[in-house]
Amino acid sequence: MATITEVLPRPTSATAGLWSWITTVDHKRIGVLYGATALVFMLLSGIEAGLIRMQLAVPDTDILGPERYNQMFTMHATVMIFMVIMPMGVAFFNFVVPLAIGARDVAFPRLNALSYWIFLFGSILMHFSFIVNQVPDAGWFSYANLTEQPFSRNMGLDFWAIGLLILGTSSVAGGLNFVVTIINLRAPGMSLMRMPVFVWMTLLTSILLILAMPVITVGLIELVMDRNFGTHFFIPSEGGDPILWQHLFWVFGHPEVYILILPPMGIVSEILPTFSKKPLFGYPFVIFSGIVIAIMGWAVWSHHMFTVGLGPIANSVFTITTMLIAVPTGVKIFNWLGTMWKGSIEFTTPMLYALGFIFLFIIGGLSGVSHAVSPSDFQQQDTYYIVAHLHYVLFGGSIMGIFAGIYYWWPKLTGKLLNETLGKINFWLIFIGMNVTFFPMHFVGMNGMPRRIYTYSSEFGWGDLNMLASVGYLILFVGFLVFLYNIVQNRNARRVSHDPWDAPGVEWSIASPPPAYNFAEVPTIRGRDHYWIVKDEAREAGDPITEPEPAVDPRTIHMPSPSYWPLITAIGVGLIGGGLLSHYGVSFLGGLIAFIGVIGWSNEPPAAEEH
Amino acid sequence: MAHAPETAHHEPAHGHGGHGDSHGEHVSVGHDYTTTGLNHRKMLMWVFLGSDCLFFGSLIATYMVYRGQSLQGPYPVDIIDIPITTISTFVLLCSSFAMVRALAATNENNQTGIKVWLLATAILGAIFIGFQVYEFNLFKNEGLTLGQNLFGATFFTLTGFHGAHVTLGIIWLLALFVISFKGRLHPGTALDVEICGLYWHFVDIVWIVIFTLLYLVGGFDAGPAAPGH
Repeated sequence: MATITEVLPRPTSATAGLWSWITTVDHKRIGVLYGATALVFMLLSGIEAGLIRMQLAVPDTDILGPERYNQMFTMHATVMIFMVIMPMGVAFFNFVVPLAIGARDVAFPRLNALSYWIFLFGSILMHFSFIVNQVPDAGWFSYANLTEQPFSRNMGLDFWAIGLLILGTSSVAGGLNFVVTIINLRAPGMSLMRMPVFVWMTLLTSILLILAMPVITVGLIELVMDRNFGTHFFIPSEGGDPILWQHLFWVFGHPEVYILILPPMGIVSEILPTFSKKPLFGYPFVIFSGIVIAIMGWAVWSHHMFTVGLGPIANSVFTITTMLIAVPTGVKIFNWLGTMWKGSIEFTTPMLYALGFIFLFIIGGLSGVSHAVSPSDFQQQDTYYIVAHLHYVLFGGSIMGIFAGIYYWWPKLTGKLLNETLGKINFWLIFIGMNVTFFPMHFVGMNGMPRRIYTYSSEFGWGDLNMLASVGYLILFVGFLVFLYNIVQNRNARRVSHDPWDAPGVEWSIASPPPAYNFAEVPTIRGRDHYWIVKDEAREAGDPITEPEPAVDPRTIHMPSPSYWPLITAIGVGLIGGGLLSHYGVSFLGGLIAFIGVIGWSNEPPAAEEH
Repeated sequence: MAHAPETAHHEPAHGHGGHGDSHGEHVSVGHDYTTTGLNHRKMLMWVFLGSDCLFFGSLIATYMVYRGQSLQGPYPVDIIDIPITTISTFVLLCSSFAMVRALAATNENNQTGIKVWLLATAILGAIFIGFQVYEFNLFKNEGLTLGQNLFGATFFTLTGFHGAHVTLGIIWLLALFVISFKGRLHPGTALDVEICGLYWHFVDIVWIVIFTLLYLVGGFDAGPAAPGH
């Protein structure tokens, strides 16, 4: 085994060029990789949404046709959830969490790189379905029987199931890494109740990931076996039960909803205090509400299944638990409002996005409570009212929170501010576009327009509002382009100070962009809002802080060396999945490569030879 | 195969190689610091086992939901052989004992003991897998396949994934066995053995649950009750 490492010595710590990115184990770079990849998929999935809106803009059209339409809404949702919002959350975990807890990296840097590469290959594998034109088409929750052989005649759902299995591996590996990092790598003085809210939400999200992903994994394995190995887990004619799939899916699926929303909630909880110049109101309440949400999130899944016929007792129980979970969410909203109350609010772009988050998330939350009532849900099930609701929480909530975070931490990442004027144009276009697109869906939904139909008759009178929604999409799309332009033009922007927002987090005490080692000296955390405490003391002492922590010679600090074993292992994992879709020999080869990757990984010397 | 943690903060002496402790000189700020004082890798394994609980929990739930739902035989009562599986269960439990001895030998720096007990653990695990292969073959010959009925599907999926976990554990044990010949296992690297042991004991415990539910409880299940009963 030693020979492997002799043939392939550990790469040296080059800091530039493609190779340095491929072998990186630096949490900041992995965060950038996650974020950039997710932005590409956001564009892709946004185009899919555009095709959907094009098809629905006018009644009785056949631009896409029913088959393509099914593929588009399936891939739009799958990609947005698993390849945009989740990895965007992970991008923030990566970039922000080690900085915010005063650490030099995550607990397992190579495992971190492995998570990214597996995510990338899993996503690409699922998109191969477009190349062979066998695209998944059963909706993002892919209910049986639609997924079973008689109704699904091509390999689309195999791509879907195996792609998600691979993405799940990546999520679990990432979740494990961040749980250990947050519990075990906090700087001295950073007690649990001093942790920034975003770090808390990362911890909770990671715990949800590692507990929820195995459940969908089992569901997906059973689905793959039904489709390929002759089992009948979800086929009623052979005694199987399609409802079991629904349970497995939603036992995962509802915690998943919180996986999507808790990180943006954490981001907003960082931004509101900064721009209100006040500490977060009721910090312990925000934390414990998050914990309650993470626990209660496991007790509400059947509200996705009210119309299945589980009986009045099950429906009543899940009605009550679902209404209860609105309480901690409401607590958080009041805490955010309390934070701003009597603060000297500064309306920067990140703050606007954070305010947009609160405003839109309340609307989404209220419509959510309305279908927590199971009798009322019978009217709303499978209508555009649900589509409106889920976009208000996932777009109005998650995406707005993600944009807030990008604008907020961008100067830490690059040392330059994103253009504020463009940022505000960006915000208003997205905010208005979002409401023009999704608000009318409440009305057409209550009017009875079902989801997942590729067209509708003009006699129903849904045409005008659908046209309005499609116009809203165009506004959203322009807003997104403005965002991309803002990023592209940022290279010409002027450098700003290391702490442009006068922020409370310890990550703002170091240079922007942060040096590879993050902290020259591991800080001792003085309290919540550590950097505010430090800056206030310095100001009172008559010597205000204007400079970041001084840089040191990076060679004096031992950092993990780059490694290509994560990439090799991930290639192996990707090939295992690819082989299940083509030829089992490829899977065998993949298994072999992954095995070699793990052996090389565990025998890798801790540092490059130069060290 | 346990890989050494690579954090800037933490590079324990029992990392790679063990004998080459020259890495230990790169002392930087907070070198040995972890917030809780617990080792990263050990914590990772515990959290992973929590995740694996949900994995086996979901598989076991599927089995329990489909108990007695098979539309055609063979049913468990026709083919489940409790005495044989009791023996293989006993073998697997003995392997946990061997695992405990292997860790103890590592802590005592008993080089012979390390090799003997690691190999013993792996062999006992392999015997268990042998029983499983025998059982799967027997069942197949008696007409139970993945596609035959829900019992076949749930039984083979659940015990198959458990068997895969045991197999992975055997590969891990053998890797430790191989590196023990290079003198890389000693009290300073006992954590490598301990973490493998955590995994191994977990897989054993899961089997106790499976044995109880699939054999002792569900082993007497027959087909669906005739209408009217």
